[in-house]
Amino acid sequence: MTTPDDALTYVYAAAPLTTGLRDALMGLRGIYGSPVLFVTAPPGTGGPEPPLAFATSHVPRRDFNESALKNHFEDLEWLEDVARAHHDVVQALSVHATVLPLRMATVYQDDDRAGQALAEQHDAFAERLAQLTAHTEFGVKIYLAPPAAPAGTGPLPDTDAGAATTPGKAYLQRRRAQHNAQEAVYSQAQEAAGIIETVASQYASQHVRHPTQRGTLTGPVENVLNDAYLVPDAYAEPFRAAIERAVGVFDGIRVEVTGPWAPYSFATPPVERRNSAPGEEHGS
Amino acid sequence: MSEPQPSRLGSFPSRAAPMPYGQSTSSLADILERVLDKGIVIAGDIRINLLDIELLTIKLRILVASVDKAKEMGIDWWEHDPSLSSRHTGSPLEQENRRLRAELEALRRERLDGEEFPPRTTSEEPEGSAGDETARGRRP
Repeated sequence: MTTPDDALTYVYAAAPLTTGLRDALMGLRGIYGSPVLFVTAPPGTGGPEPPLAFATSHVPRRDFNESALKNHFEDLEWLEDVARAHHDVVQALSVHATVLPLRMATVYQDDDRAGQALAEQHDAFAERLAQLTAHTEFGVKIYLAPPAAPAGTGPLPDTDAGAATTPGKAYLQRRRAQHNAQEAVYSQAQEAAGIIETVASQYASQHVRHPTQRGTLTGPVENVLNDAYLVPDAYAEPFRAAIERAVGVFDGIRVEVTGPWAPYSFATPPVERRNSAPGEEHGS
Repeated sequence: MSEPQPSRLGSFPSRAAPMPYGQSTSSLADILERVLDKGIVIAGDIRINLLDIELLTIKLRILVASVDKAKEMGIDWWEHDPSLSSRHTGSPLEQENRRLRAELEALRRERLDGEEFPPRTTSEEPEGSAGDETARGRRP
């Protein structure tokens, strides 16, 4: 299988080339609907057993060369299509095999170059894949309810209006009430975050804290916790159930468990990751 | 005791439900965050300067999550750009504050205009204009 002249080889993920993985590939389509294919390291380069493969597809050179990529990355529509295609391939593979997702837009001149790159990373990939076997990533997010309605609308101003004698007083009361309500919600979220971490750690083998999500894509709700846990498959259901039970008591916040995800957040070994390990701080 | 509380989890699937992969329902923010920011990074042939990506996609990244990373790099211009800053859209108090400042400014201008020129509309008395202005400025 060689790459046509007007195409490049796009790599989605690395995985051990098992029967399961071959099955996963049946009819699987990637970016722009191109068939997903395996690329393996050139013969004689050694490597683990079973051998590793890159899941790849061919993409048009005109869209994935350096300058085109730069422009496309500014185009949210294009970015979404490609990101979803990338993600769909990774997730489809991960049903059948342990996969190591690659960062989006890892592109080689042709299949041979991709194969060489795979051979160079064999050992590191194999080692990490072994650690991720039979594990799944779950996301845990806490959102605050949308902030109290803007001044002039919503329930708070109405309840205060009767006691207020002047618009200025009403305004100050409104502000104070909003402030207090928000403080209460924040402290709830903080408490919930602590409980979730304690509960989740009983099931998860790794934990990372991502920056909270903000901005247009997340809508009016405020995300205050955005964690990822690597959970052994056997504990996936108890993990979800335990979190659901633990957060049931909280009003004013919403907890969302996302996943199962391929282990995106744990693809890189936790070398410099600061895993919170409260027990280690106080050695006594 | 072992019964779970009524679920408050937004899109939490029922425990009895299968857990399929390939979720087309995953939020774009979650997907972008993972495929752009996580996963193994290895050098491809098409060399996209990682710093270039950081800079060029900073707007998109702000849509998602990586503000902290950008800040570490000293990039924080969006904090001064109201259309991009989540702080400016996120906090009701700040919104209120900005709205009031804008109204104050509008009123000041109105006053100054009023001293130099006769009122432009016949329906608005100069003294009543404060209230009207407030009402008008209330919703963007």
